[in-house]
Amino acid sequence: MAQLASITLMHNDDARPVIESIIADNPGVKILNMPGAVKLDCDGRITVNRASVEERLGRPWNLQEIHLVLISMAGNLDEDDDTFTLSWRH
Amino acid sequence: MSGTKKLGLRQRYEHLTRGLDWETTYQPMDKVFPYDEFEGIKIKDWSAWEDPFRLTMDSYWKFQAEKERKLYAVLDSFAQNNGQTGISDGRYANVLKLFLTGISPEEYQAHRGFAFTGRHLRGAGARVACQMQSIDELRHIQTQIHTISHFNKYFNGIHDFSKMHDRVWYLSVPKSFFDDARTSGPFEFMIAIGFAFEYVLTNLLFVPFMSGAAYNGDMSTVTFGFSAQSDESRHMTLGIEVIKFLLEQHPDNLPIVQKWVDKWFWRGHRLLGIVAMMMDYMLPKKVMSWKEAWDIYFVEAGGALFQDLARYGLKMPKYHEIATAEAEHVSHQNWCTFYQYTHAANFHTWLPDNEHLDWLSEKYPNTFDKYYRPRFEMWGQMAKEGKRFYNNALVQLCQVCQIPMVYTEPGDPNTICFRETQFNGQRYHFCSDGCSDIFKNEPEKYVQAWLPVQQIFQGNCGGATIPEVLDWYGYKFGEDNFDYVGSPDEKLWNEWHADKIKAAS
Repeated sequence: MAQLASITLMHNDDARPVIESIIADNPGVKILNMPGAVKLDCDGRITVNRASVEERLGRPWNLQEIHLVLISMAGNLDEDDDTFTLSWRH
Repeated sequence: MSGTKKLGLRQRYEHLTRGLDWETTYQPMDKVFPYDEFEGIKIKDWSAWEDPFRLTMDSYWKFQAEKERKLYAVLDSFAQNNGQTGISDGRYANVLKLFLTGISPEEYQAHRGFAFTGRHLRGAGARVACQMQSIDELRHIQTQIHTISHFNKYFNGIHDFSKMHDRVWYLSVPKSFFDDARTSGPFEFMIAIGFAFEYVLTNLLFVPFMSGAAYNGDMSTVTFGFSAQSDESRHMTLGIEVIKFLLEQHPDNLPIVQKWVDKWFWRGHRLLGIVAMMMDYMLPKKVMSWKEAWDIYFVEAGGALFQDLARYGLKMPKYHEIATAEAEHVSHQNWCTFYQYTHAANFHTWLPDNEHLDWLSEKYPNTFDKYYRPRFEMWGQMAKEGKRFYNNALVQLCQVCQIPMVYTEPGDPNTICFRETQFNGQRYHFCSDGCSDIFKNEPEKYVQAWLPVQQIFQGNCGGATIPEVLDWYGYKFGEDNFDYVGSPDEKLWNEWHADKIKAAS
């Protein structure tokens, strides 16, 4: 069975650059739109890159700001200053 | 933010969370932490605890404050702009009644449970994470009371939610769930609430249901819901960490943890039947069916999780196949129950209209037309003839989940599932093998259950008649209970809409 790494974000203006970065940086990402929220799924692994979000946002962005728009996730989390990765691989 | 001279996130987190604890000298450590050994869990090295979010207290306060600012701006605006008149339908308010009486008080129970657990675990990393979660849970109940208090100005049935939570028959289901968790040892509490509930099950409540609130025009509830859920992501991470930590620490922990996972998965599955009903029957505009939500959040997400945990020898929770099969039945069986007992509920019920029945037929092709649609059509016919069906019998309750014995045998939806056992010369009844197993593992605990029906018969609930009991529950008879059609809620909703049409013409 596929092991989906997943991240669900609010569908609002603060989250938009994060959503766009995830879609751009994770080939094969599946998008489930729900009212008010968007669930992004990727087989095995999904990553948020700080640099990618900053490029879209046009300002420095602290990865922990993701807490303000995060709704849910699935996978083992690995977070540092530059990336926020959920994965089922070891 | 990421200047090279600064410490990395990992180092910052380590500096701010390690060295917070010390070996006590005035008292032996075992007396300071008296509860973290009796459950049989063996911990060799607390410093191996990992908190992947690495959120330090200063960042925690900063982000939580920002979340609160955003939330309260929305709540204020919703109230100022009479947002309650813009919800999809007056029926929608009934989900909030269930939420505030059945779910919000559990946030408070979780707050107290994590405060206790944080105090009684020996490792500093685990204590910091529990402390944050405890504060989060307090924030959740406060924001929920604040949000729903606005609806309380207009809709009936939520004026005394805390008293109702302690007394009302069906609210003993969520209450007893958390009472059970909070009277467990700290490690079982962490598996019960941190892992089984937060990781495996809360998504079903806070993601599709809250999306439903957004879809039904309730901007204030979706905002507290998603604001709470942003904390849940951290809680889920704590849940998965605690289980990995326990399984990595000692092989003897596996059978203990497996038993807790089995127990709390089943208890959570039973508890969430109420959310199933909220999604399939109570949201006027629907986002997805309970069955679809179960497939995404348990079959798919839970499956991936347990596939990952298989490397420690942990198996899928016992009876998970039965729970998945029941996802095609549970919302219908629960709504049927509340329809029959609408006089004893603090929210209104209704029969699904034809469009709603068709939606249910489409979403539940294997079960709805065969088992449930004819029932609703019959009740519709009876109501038309002036013989609206009420069930006035006091029901038998399951000794463990405390739900009336309304669920059916696995694979046989026409037969009520019924199990029983004897303990110390008394007979006890259960709705399922799952609940029966839980009892048999700890009978001394569950014989103490406060079962609402037994309490009524013993004379502890205000009197011997239904109106006396409902008065003791704090209901306003004829306002809070019975069908939505004909209720003061409906009258008010219709007045608002008549005003809107008048204003537009």
